[in-house]
Amino acid sequence: MQIKGDKWTPILFITPSIVAIGIFIYGFIGWTSFISFTKWNNVLPDYTLVGFENYRKLFANMRFQIDLHNTLVFTVIFVTSCLLIGLLLAVLIDQRIKGEGIFRNLFLLPMALSFIVSGVIWHWLFNPGSIQMGNIGVNQLFEKVGLNFLICGWYTDPNIGIKAVAIAAIWQFSGYTMALYLAGLKGIPLELREAAAIDGASKWKIFYYITLPFLRPITFGAIIILGHISLKIFDLIVAMTGSGPAFSSDVPAFFMYDTTFRGNHFAQGASIAIILLLLVSLLIIPYLITTFRKEA
Amino acid sequence: MFRRIFVITVLIFMVSVFFAIPTFANNLKGVLEINSWWTAGGEAEGLNALFEIYRAKYPDVEVINATVAGGAGTNAKAVFKTRMLGGDPPDTFQVHAGHELIDTWVVPGYMQPLTDIYKSEGWTEAMPQGVLDIVSYQGDYWSVPVNIHRSNVLWFNKSIFDKYKITPPRTFNQFFDVCDELKTKGVVPFVMGTKGGWEAGHVFESILLGKLGANDYNGLWTGEVKWSDPRVTDALETFAKMVSYLNTDHSALTWDEAGQYLLKEKGAMMIMGDWTNGWFMSVGFEDYGWAPPPNTEGIFLALSDSFALPKGCKNQENVIAWLKVLGSKEGQYSFNKAKGSIPARTDVDISDYNDYLKSAARDWQRDAISPSVMHGAAASEGWTTEYKDTISLFVSRPDVSYTQKVLVTAAEEYLKK
Repeated sequence: MQIKGDKWTPILFITPSIVAIGIFIYGFIGWTSFISFTKWNNVLPDYTLVGFENYRKLFANMRFQIDLHNTLVFTVIFVTSCLLIGLLLAVLIDQRIKGEGIFRNLFLLPMALSFIVSGVIWHWLFNPGSIQMGNIGVNQLFEKVGLNFLICGWYTDPNIGIKAVAIAAIWQFSGYTMALYLAGLKGIPLELREAAAIDGASKWKIFYYITLPFLRPITFGAIIILGHISLKIFDLIVAMTGSGPAFSSDVPAFFMYDTTFRGNHFAQGASIAIILLLLVSLLIIPYLITTFRKEA
Repeated sequence: MFRRIFVITVLIFMVSVFFAIPTFANNLKGVLEINSWWTAGGEAEGLNALFEIYRAKYPDVEVINATVAGGAGTNAKAVFKTRMLGGDPPDTFQVHAGHELIDTWVVPGYMQPLTDIYKSEGWTEAMPQGVLDIVSYQGDYWSVPVNIHRSNVLWFNKSIFDKYKITPPRTFNQFFDVCDELKTKGVVPFVMGTKGGWEAGHVFESILLGKLGANDYNGLWTGEVKWSDPRVTDALETFAKMVSYLNTDHSALTWDEAGQYLLKEKGAMMIMGDWTNGWFMSVGFEDYGWAPPPNTEGIFLALSDSFALPKGCKNQENVIAWLKVLGSKEGQYSFNKAKGSIPARTDVDISDYNDYLKSAARDWQRDAISPSVMHGAAASEGWTTEYKDTISLFVSRPDVSYTQKVLVTAAEEYLKK
């Protein structure tokens, strides 16, 4: 039986979700941006408009400046490392070795953990200990195997701070990136590689001129996914380090939580939310534009 | 037909009995939802002691213990605030007495006054003026304090002090002498954990108090004393010097994890509130002594947990009965014994409390009382948060003039409001 082409039925079906998305996503984005221009910095709502005052104060705030810097450092380290490690693992596993499935699952496993769990684990691992209490965690391991020069303060050292958190995040997400690349690798027609091999191309050349170009869309997608994870990172920080010494592992999302719910600065919190939204848009919009162009 | 009438009669009888029984027992039923951040060790035990008293009195009320874990209550407060603003207030919730209660909840009009209960229960007589002051606003009382904690306590490992024949330092100079000596012995002189972000602010309030004295410290929060005062500079410089004696892993540790240094005889001194005493008891550590931090002898830096009555709560009668339990002698006695704090009432018999608590209770009646800032008594939450961030940054970047400038700006902003 064929369903008759009715103009209104599809619209009827789609309306509830459009209304829900309209209110609960776009409506609240609009509301948050409105709040960010008001004076609501106490529990009692105060909708007096103050223009860009909240944003001006925010950018003058030392903690927020450090946060933006941390976000940049974290994103760069996290995204590039995940891509490189993920690609390496994927290529290795794609060599049709024995036990491929075991390795694949092993590398993918950390992704199944929540950030809270891995945050607590890495908090212990990177807890440096001290001279009086002795080395613990990773430092103890280094001491045992004689790599004493690697012993450092990890996240308790303001110069490392967020980079230690990035290591935990890379551990968790490089397996996921590997899975993405693996899917991409399986999608490359075997004939192309065989043809190139027959033509006498070296393995490196095949990789560079055939495999990599085919993986470009995967890389692009991975950057979007990893990039927005790193901009939104919050739970890992809360569980692993908190703000850290001199806010060296603080991020805007954590500052937003602190200032909104501890300090009652609802308008300031809203401004941070909007800045985060803009940052994510910087990443997502070019992606959407290219995708739509391809489809059109 | 007869059968039918019989069945209906029996049913009506049963239903009426079902409704009547509770009214015979007492007049309260339904639920009571209590929101707090007391989830650990002694504090959870204290809360349970209160529940037991309440259940014995009102067996038909179902008590819902809605706790949200997290030190100093940050996470719990996020939950209450969302509910209050969303028009779904919890029945009653834990709030620090002082500016946190007054500025955040009372002034905007979210609370109901409790003056009548205070009068009928005789609390205005039983509680000291210092407590009554921090729960009142415009002549009314707004929350029921269950306990008093002291913020300015210097804890030390007795064995270490005995071994090197050290007496608790009473001035900052003595403090640094002790530090220098201990440092040469391979002991961490001064221990702190800063993972939570608030601990440095907590220690610094004791230093401010030591440098300015009770009166002028209080003046900092009311605007009578300027933050640009040279004594604040002095306090910052002193704190920077104290930080240089710290354990290196402080930012990996919470305050109790840092306390392990004292337990293991690797660290000598720590400034932390007197919940530390409860924690020492819970881990079975007895080798500790206490003293006021340098220059703060005779001053009691106080904070108090209290419960209040939000407007529009669903089980008002049950909440009022709960608040009466909190303020009663019996309630205050049982709660504080388990939690390791002292009763807000001064007429509770505490002869079987431990030595620290007895000494704290004695000081509470004798000392000058100042409000703690880090625990909501001295300043609004907005100001406290800025203060916390500034001092937390200072620990790793001890830039005195920059920090003082930020503190001055914050004071100007929040005193204006």
